Amino acid sequence: MNHLEITTDVVVVGAGHAGCEAALACARLGLKTVIFTVSVDSIALMPCNPNVGGSSKGHLVREIDALGGEMGKNIDQTFIQSKMLNGSKGPAVHSLRAQADKKDYSSRMRKTLENTPNLTIKQAEVTEIIVEDGVLTGVKTFSGAVYHCKACVLCTGTYLKARCIYGDISNYTGPNGLQAANHLTDSLKANGIEMFRFKTGTPARIDKRTIDFSKMEEQFGDKRVVPFSFSTDPDDVQIDQISCWLTYTNEKTHEIIRANLDRSPLYSGMIEGTGPRYCPSIEDKVVRFADKNRHQVFIEPEGRYTNEMYVGGMSSSLPEDVQIAMYRSVPGLEHAEIVRNAYAIEYDCINARQLKPTLEFKKIQGLFSGGQFNGSSGYEEAAAQGLAAGINAAMKTLGREQVVFDRSESYIGVLIDDLVTKDNKEPYRMMTSRSEYRLLLRQDNADQRLTPLGHQIGLIDEETYQNLLEKERQIAEETKRVEHLNIGANPAVQAFLEAHQSTPLKTGTTLGELIRRPELDYEMLGELDPQRPQLNRGVGEQVNINIKYDGYIKRQLKQVEHFKKLENKKIPEGIHYEEIHGLRIEAQQKLNQFRPISVGQASRISGVSPADISVLLIYMEQMNHASHR
Amino acid sequence: MFHTDTIAAISTGMTSSGIGIIRISGPDAIAIADKVYDSRSGKKLENMPTHTIHYGFIRDGEEFIDEVLVMLMRGPRSFTAEDTVEINCHGGVYAMNRILELVIRKGARPAQPGEFTKRAFLNGRIDLSQAEAVIDVINAKNEYALKSSVSQLKGSVLKVIKDIREKIIYHIAYIESALDDPEHISLDGYPKQLEEQVEQWKEKIRTLIASSENGKRMKEGIRTVIVGKPNAGKSSLLNVLLGEERAIVTDIAGTTRDVLEEQMSLSGISLNIIDTAGIRSTEDVVEKIGVKKAKTYARDADLIIYVVDSSTGLDENDEEIMEMIRDRKAIVLLNKMDLDCITTEEDIRKHLDKPVIPVSAKEEQGIDRLEQTVKDMFYDGSISFNDEIYITNMRQKAALKEALDSLEQVSVSIQNQMPEDFFSIDMMNAYEELGSITGESVGEDLVNEIFSKFCMGK
Repeated sequence: MNHLEITTDVVVVGAGHAGCEAALACARLGLKTVIFTVSVDSIALMPCNPNVGGSSKGHLVREIDALGGEMGKNIDQTFIQSKMLNGSKGPAVHSLRAQADKKDYSSRMRKTLENTPNLTIKQAEVTEIIVEDGVLTGVKTFSGAVYHCKACVLCTGTYLKARCIYGDISNYTGPNGLQAANHLTDSLKANGIEMFRFKTGTPARIDKRTIDFSKMEEQFGDKRVVPFSFSTDPDDVQIDQISCWLTYTNEKTHEIIRANLDRSPLYSGMIEGTGPRYCPSIEDKVVRFADKNRHQVFIEPEGRYTNEMYVGGMSSSLPEDVQIAMYRSVPGLEHAEIVRNAYAIEYDCINARQLKPTLEFKKIQGLFSGGQFNGSSGYEEAAAQGLAAGINAAMKTLGREQVVFDRSESYIGVLIDDLVTKDNKEPYRMMTSRSEYRLLLRQDNADQRLTPLGHQIGLIDEETYQNLLEKERQIAEETKRVEHLNIGANPAVQAFLEAHQSTPLKTGTTLGELIRRPELDYEMLGELDPQRPQLNRGVGEQVNINIKYDGYIKRQLKQVEHFKKLENKKIPEGIHYEEIHGLRIEAQQKLNQFRPISVGQASRISGVSPADISVLLIYMEQMNHASHR
Repeated sequence: MFHTDTIAAISTGMTSSGIGIIRISGPDAIAIADKVYDSRSGKKLENMPTHTIHYGFIRDGEEFIDEVLVMLMRGPRSFTAEDTVEINCHGGVYAMNRILELVIRKGARPAQPGEFTKRAFLNGRIDLSQAEAVIDVINAKNEYALKSSVSQLKGSVLKVIKDIREKIIYHIAYIESALDDPEHISLDGYPKQLEEQVEQWKEKIRTLIASSENGKRMKEGIRTVIVGKPNAGKSSLLNVLLGEERAIVTDIAGTTRDVLEEQMSLSGISLNIIDTAGIRSTEDVVEKIGVKKAKTYARDADLIIYVVDSSTGLDENDEEIMEMIRDRKAIVLLNKMDLDCITTEEDIRKHLDKPVIPVSAKEEQGIDRLEQTVKDMFYDGSISFNDEIYITNMRQKAALKEALDSLEQVSVSIQNQMPEDFFSIDMMNAYEELGSITGESVGEDLVNEIFSKFCMGK
């Protein structure tokens, strides 16, 4: 039989948030890239919540942007409301969240893909990976066409053997009734890849005209919107925003749910996949938190040009009739008409411990993966991995050194390290508490942390990079100036302090000392600082944070220094753990199974003790000396 | 050099005789030593050439602790190849203790099991052919430290620590849930509430630190257990030993009604003596617990003194005891020699290859031979005190202090009106430090706590 045969550099399977970033990264680095999707109309689809960002996820978007990814730019042009969460808390937990116009978001991303040189979009289902002697050489589509490539990134999201379920109804489709990918799993298994089955869910969409908003609290966006992308001019994002609405479930809602639990596929055993604890369905919340008599419900628009509203907080897989009764028990939804039912979705994903921290499969060279396929959840988590996997697929193809994002430098590093090192039993979601160095990994300094790397990789242009260097220079200079600027206890200063409920000065001090006071900051103190120079955007904020949280930041830097030592001790690939005298059997087995790349990673594997790490260090030192002799 | 911190430990065995050496190694070793060393002439070690010995005093503020000789060795010409200071003091558990504690207070960290050896190796000071031996040392010391760490913690102490940890993680989870889902969970008014909690935790930890200072003395010395059937004369033997010796350091009743713990110095050797309930097979529940405990103590002991009542015959209980001590360092005392002798030295020797000493606790006879035997065993090295017990104590105390410091930092952050996310960082440190005492690592504790206690999500 004659089949199409095509040769390209990189193949990306899936055009969701991970796939788009992966494909753009490869194409922008000059590689011929083919991106496959089961439906071109569903590129960058948001099948669940209509927003981007949120606590810690906002950090990921900023990091993607700082590295030269697309997500931040895309949401900046398609959002309809934006909020900086945790604004009253410390800078480390400030997090941007924007409501997206879903259709716009998807269209704009599609256009970006279409207009990127070297990138080809192809609507087809990839059914097989082709592997020769542990090296990936291509993929095959449902029609039998073969695409030879040097690297492939799998970003299949929730589509592998997907099944959507509510009540006793179940459809073998991907989200929104889209075609599932039913063949690739078998090919992956045949190549020795271990698969998991995870589950997630989404709430109903309701017709806006049938909602009584007078019974709900209006939720506005921020007065002054901050953009996601470092390259977006803040003046360009001051748009007319659309509100969200807050209402609550009540005892009646909970009664309806409890009375129908036996009809829930979750409790009848029809669903076998593991669901996320942080994103429970409303029936889960009612069962697990029985003492709570109400739960928040956020009504969020799906876009500017649709009446569909997303019912945040009430995802469900209860039968259709129960869904109607349940939603209608909520104040303001008494007459609600459901446009799309809530449903749970089950899908195949992998045990991500089969991946290196570069997101390449340990056993199959040239095969990379990202997104929900790796057992994560969330658009932002997906995009971050897609970008990392895409970058490394490109590095591999170009014969350049691959990039490992480490925990002390980015949330992307935390995300990937957790996925490939820890025992992950549910869809993984990012949280600021997962980062041990979060004071350093702020959303406001993502550019300083990652743009130099993005530049080195080739995704950040020279001008952006030079601007960053100038910004850093200004931050250092201004911080120094402010720390040494003397402020006398004169009447003007005392009056200023009094006006801001701050203790008057007994003797002179520096401006830096005043910035450290909780009730004051750099911006406000401009009044006492007539010589303040003209500074680039974002410099003042960095100076403020550097000075205000100086002590805390120094402590974390010290911890990072310690962390880096073990991280930089790379373990040779061919190490024979069973030959290491004194290593406990359990540690040997775990190390053999994981094959960590560094002593640092080894130390995070459960079942490997500090004593084992000592033994490993000594063994490596011994090998090192032996090889130098 | 791989290490950036400075470690310290007592590098000689812990006895009341001879000279004790406290070793400090790492980049700050000399600076730390200078903080505690007083030459009387004002000279500073940092200005002295390497490989020199200096006479002087160790001082804690105004108080002189001991007269010492200090050896100064700059890296790489030292055991660890790092800057090293060895303080030779007048032996004595108390002085060594005080000096080590002082050095730790001035910035050193208690060494991990086998850490000097490990550093020596990693810095290329030990021949590579010895790598396996180094690993064995680390493993052995580590195993011992783990065992002694848990065995030294009284159940009540363990409970207090676990209890504090549970509360800390709950509050961290609360803060983190609120940060993660700010529209769901509010932190209004929370700092004040947390401040009260933190004060309570700090108070409890302070109490633990204070009690560790009392309790510590019990743990020093050769762990000696007296076993034997009921009425064999164990307690009267103990009374004789204690009565004869004036150098009793403490007199603290044991933790259970069945075990009495005493410390004494026998010809300059510290013994930590535990008098156990008589071992015999029993069906009585209460007594069973006592017997079980006695067996446990015997298992962990450095030296076992087995008291036999020579006026009665050997029975199955004696056989059980002899079986238990067969492979252990043990001395058999044939007691009640003042009475008619039914069990003889030969009877014992038929079963057991151990020194047998006829004594009479009542008439105070044969005690000098016991002393001599203990001394001989100690000096020929067949029994020794493992300093891991001591250093483990020190590590636990250091961990408690670290936890306390972290909680102090939380209080400071609350008082300075820092945002709530700053609290949880130091609370997590405290949680980790306390966990290092109970042997629990952090792992996924926080994430699990958040998801199980707080309802979040879309």
